[in-house]
Amino acid sequence: MDIQAIITGILLALGCFFIVVSSIGIVRFPDFYSRMHPAGKSDTLGQLLVLSGLMIYEGFSLVSVKLLIIIVFIFIANPTVTHALAKAAYVSGLKPWKKEEGKND
Amino acid sequence: MSFVITALIMFIFWILLSGEFSFILILSGVFSSLLVSYMSHDLLIGEGNIKLGIKRTFRFIRYLPWLFWQIVMANLDLVYRTLHPKMPIHPKIIKFKNDLNTDLGMVILANSITLTPGTITIEVNENEFIVHTLSEESAQSLISGEMQARVKKIEGKYNV
Repeated sequence: MDIQAIITGILLALGCFFIVVSSIGIVRFPDFYSRMHPAGKSDTLGQLLVLSGLMIYEGFSLVSVKLLIIIVFIFIANPTVTHALAKAAYVSGLKPWKKEEGKND
Repeated sequence: MSFVITALIMFIFWILLSGEFSFILILSGVFSSLLVSYMSHDLLIGEGNIKLGIKRTFRFIRYLPWLFWQIVMANLDLVYRTLHPKMPIHPKIIKFKNDLNTDLGMVILANSITLTPGTITIEVNENEFIVHTLSEESAQSLISGEMQARVKKIEGKYNV
């Protein structure tokens, strides 16, 4: 077994874990705003782990430079898009879900 | 000036993405980067007066590891809150005062807030940030203003 392949496998598994958990979060959370949290952003860490795993597998080459460009692009684009969606909801007057008072969790 | 810079960036990007140096590919790269920068050179390098000093860039690079650590910690927190059977979340909208002077600082802070799970920037203006937070802890850490102080350090003493 190659050490490079092992590291790649670990990173890919971790990344998939974060992406799966964020999908569960989209289903479980109660309203639009709180769903934005897993939908928009667990992806940032998930995709970072998956893509850097692929970069390690590939070694230093043109392909890994392209993967790095994708990582940087997602890190800029993802918060911008999330912010645009949240602002659209806020401007149109959507009220955030609140936990009921007096009910212990 | 913006035309030349845009064309250069586009051409470097073309070479990075194609990775081949045959005559026809280089020629079509030159043509398409010239065409793109003719159509949109005022978009990439706009009118905004942003001062990107060398010191400021270095301070920004020093800020990145801390931001990355925050992203990892917040992601683990979000995983815990998602998978916990009782789902311990307290979503609410908070507002806090904007102490930053420059557009660059506001963009960095707003995107950093959104990148760390548990907090989403909804609105930024001259006076305040409006942020949606998922839990009490993330709201407290924002109001305490550690992230804002770090971004203010990146800004330095410039006013643009």
